[in-house]
Amino acid sequence: MSEFIQIIVSGLSAGSIYALAAVGFTLLWQASQTINFAQGEFVMLPAFFVLGAMGLGAPMWLAIAVALGLSVLLLGAAFKKLIVEPMLPHGTLPLIIATIALGLLMKESVKEFYSAQGQPFPPIFPTEVVRVFGAAISVADIMNLAVSFAAILTLQLFLQRTRTGRCMQATAQNRGVAEILGVNVKRMVMYTFLINAALAAIASILITPIYLAKFSNGETLGLVAFIAAIVGGFNQIRGALVGGLLIGVIDNLSAFYVSSEYRAAAPLILLIVIIMVRPQGIMGTSEGRTV
Amino acid sequence: MTASPKYLLYIAMLVALVLAPLGQGNYIVYVLCSWLIFSVAAMGLNLTLGYAGQVSLAQAAFMGIGAYITALMTMAGYHWLLAMPFAILSCFGIGLILGYPALRVQHHFLAFVTLAFNTLVFLVLRNEEWLTGGSFGLVPIPRPDFFGFSTFKQVPFYYFALVCFLLAAGAMAWIVRSPWGRAFKALRENPIRANSLGLNTRLMTLLAFAIGSGFAGLAGAMMAPLVQFIEPGSFTLIHSLKILLMVVVGGSGFYYGPFLGAAIVVLLPELLRFTEGYYLIIYAAFVLVLMVFSPNGLIGLWQKLMDRFRTQQVERSDLKDGAQL
Amino acid sequence: MTPVLSVRNISKSFGAIKAVNNVSFDVHDGEVLGLIGPNGSGKSTLFNCILGQSTPNSGEVLFKGDSVAGKEAHELNKRGIGRTFQQLSVFPQMSVIDNIIMAGQEHHGTMLSRLMGAPDAGLTEEAEQLISFFRLDHLRDQMAGSLSYGQQKLVDAAVAFMSGPGLVLLDEPAGGVNLTMLEHLKERLQTYNREHGSTFVVIEHNMEFVMSLCSRIIVLAEGVIIAEGSPDEVKSNQRVIDAYLGD
Repeated sequence: MSEFIQIIVSGLSAGSIYALAAVGFTLLWQASQTINFAQGEFVMLPAFFVLGAMGLGAPMWLAIAVALGLSVLLLGAAFKKLIVEPMLPHGTLPLIIATIALGLLMKESVKEFYSAQGQPFPPIFPTEVVRVFGAAISVADIMNLAVSFAAILTLQLFLQRTRTGRCMQATAQNRGVAEILGVNVKRMVMYTFLINAALAAIASILITPIYLAKFSNGETLGLVAFIAAIVGGFNQIRGALVGGLLIGVIDNLSAFYVSSEYRAAAPLILLIVIIMVRPQGIMGTSEGRTV
Repeated sequence: MTASPKYLLYIAMLVALVLAPLGQGNYIVYVLCSWLIFSVAAMGLNLTLGYAGQVSLAQAAFMGIGAYITALMTMAGYHWLLAMPFAILSCFGIGLILGYPALRVQHHFLAFVTLAFNTLVFLVLRNEEWLTGGSFGLVPIPRPDFFGFSTFKQVPFYYFALVCFLLAAGAMAWIVRSPWGRAFKALRENPIRANSLGLNTRLMTLLAFAIGSGFAGLAGAMMAPLVQFIEPGSFTLIHSLKILLMVVVGGSGFYYGPFLGAAIVVLLPELLRFTEGYYLIIYAAFVLVLMVFSPNGLIGLWQKLMDRFRTQQVERSDLKDGAQL
Repeated sequence: MTPVLSVRNISKSFGAIKAVNNVSFDVHDGEVLGLIGPNGSGKSTLFNCILGQSTPNSGEVLFKGDSVAGKEAHELNKRGIGRTFQQLSVFPQMSVIDNIIMAGQEHHGTMLSRLMGAPDAGLTEEAEQLISFFRLDHLRDQMAGSLSYGQQKLVDAAVAFMSGPGLVLLDEPAGGVNLTMLEHLKERLQTYNREHGSTFVVIEHNMEFVMSLCSRIIVLAEGVIIAEGSPDEVKSNQRVIDAYLGD
């Protein structure tokens, strides 16, 4: 039983981090119909900003601040301005291809210019373990959960309680109407990209201590973020959260109880089952068919 | 008479393909063979992506399925001619099963399902050692004999691959010119309008995807005897992305796009040897820039340039008309 | 004789708003029926219900006596309902002749014969006749997307007629078309109706166009039919004048 609790808690912890990436992914989709196939790399890269800044002698807190800033600038603003904006008129397909190429570019660049080997990443939280009902639960897991939830909660409050947030929601729901109501749609879309970059950076800093900082981290993270978004419900933040947590727990359970060889298969099978049984996602509402 | 330059061009291309391996070293002939094979895979994906407008990220996995089926059957003593149709039909069938649920819903769900599928195939190939040899792969895969014509040496193998390639290209040309081809294009251009004209859009999209997967099965069946050793690592997601980029760089939706794209992806690393590890970086950056400026790839870029050239000429003749008036 | 199209007690609401409220009418063989009404009168909603794009809350739509409920767009077309769209809906990267052959090919042969048979599905001649009918011969091999707006509207109409549908629903055919082209379009539609005896339902904003094209007109306002009759009757109906001029 105590083992089970441990597995669930660490699954929730990892899942809450996946949820961050998944929420960003859904936000981009809502605001600009961008399917970001480089989302995994967006989570991989900021950890290397931290390592780079620390390599230059910055203390941890400063390095994290630098990484956040760089991410918002490069993965948010530059991504929007230089890639998404010029491509939107061509439709979604070329943009999908472009984000695939961008992911490849980021991955290969880190491999060539930083290192092909996994780099140890300093833990941000104490590595202690507390005992709850006989289960050994790491403080880091609890903190990961807390930080992720705080981030998502802040985002929710921002979207619901502030004027800017409501304008962003209006933009996501109906661009045309938002424009008529005098919302600066372009700026709202830009905010979405900035928020996505910040969420990715937070996810990166939380998840990398669990693994190592490696150029190929994005492959699995990206896939998990897509799956979480689709499983939860493509058009909702709540859905992405539920999807992320679910994937985290299932992943951990299958690693322990099924086989470590097929661990990676569990989320994939979940995805295929969800698409077959409930294509709008667990929390999603049906948008109807396009065709 | 107007058609004759076109036929001359076809004959010239054919002659070039026949003469290409002569007098070349084994390695060059090997590279040419892999160009033919990837052209077949990319051709199939072009049908799915360029004509029917759906993203498939599992083309390498289908190649893998084709290659493993061919390897297992030929190693068990069956002739390649028996294994090949089996490989194609299996991929076609799996394509139907995989595409059916994904295409019931909107967005680019097929992209995600195929993404997951590619990883699943890799896991199965790696973990089911009793069948696939696990990460050690399958070896030695025999090269086929055809009534005394052995493809064991590199140049004969090239001609064998060339025949497969030409048959595949012919089949693709047939499909694209047929009413099915028109329906696929209509799907890409305006699915809602196509639906209102009696086209069962879901069925046709599914067929495009399954046929495209079948071509990957053929490419796999050609690949297994070429390399004679296959392992799961050759059929991962990154290889699917590579095939996707071939289609896009060449020009998706153009018949000759995949051949050009495959040539660039297969041959360019050889030419860019001096860039060493930076090759993929350069390539990815190139694709990004290309997508921003010409989403229709190199052939699209070429057409755009030609159009500009032509409209200039038209303007000039207009001016002349004006002068005459 | 059963009417070609029979709309019976259709109601459709969105939340508290009743977009269409218990509307019934019949369309008879060979008739050109105009469906008009001010913005928000429920025309488009009604159109969508007829075409199966939205499900009415109550009532039913019969085509030649059979219910069309739950039928998908391609099935409706196979049964003989053609349509045009409000927005331009050609296949831009396909030639005019290919656009028109596309509109007919799904009605000819089987899946297999469409793969193995002739590339044009044996429809070139028929398509060329239709192109000539709309006087688009000189544009036969041009990409549809490169034509002018009015020309594309003509291609769109030709596409809707290609499969010889018993009923064609025209969604604002005159929208954005210039005057010369409009006359041409109207004249062609009338000729087509006369020669083939086909039935049209036209939604239109352009009053002059509707009044001169249609033999009967139904006026909708706030989801209900407020007037029905010949163009002249409708023109002089006080309720119609009120609905359009507003109060």
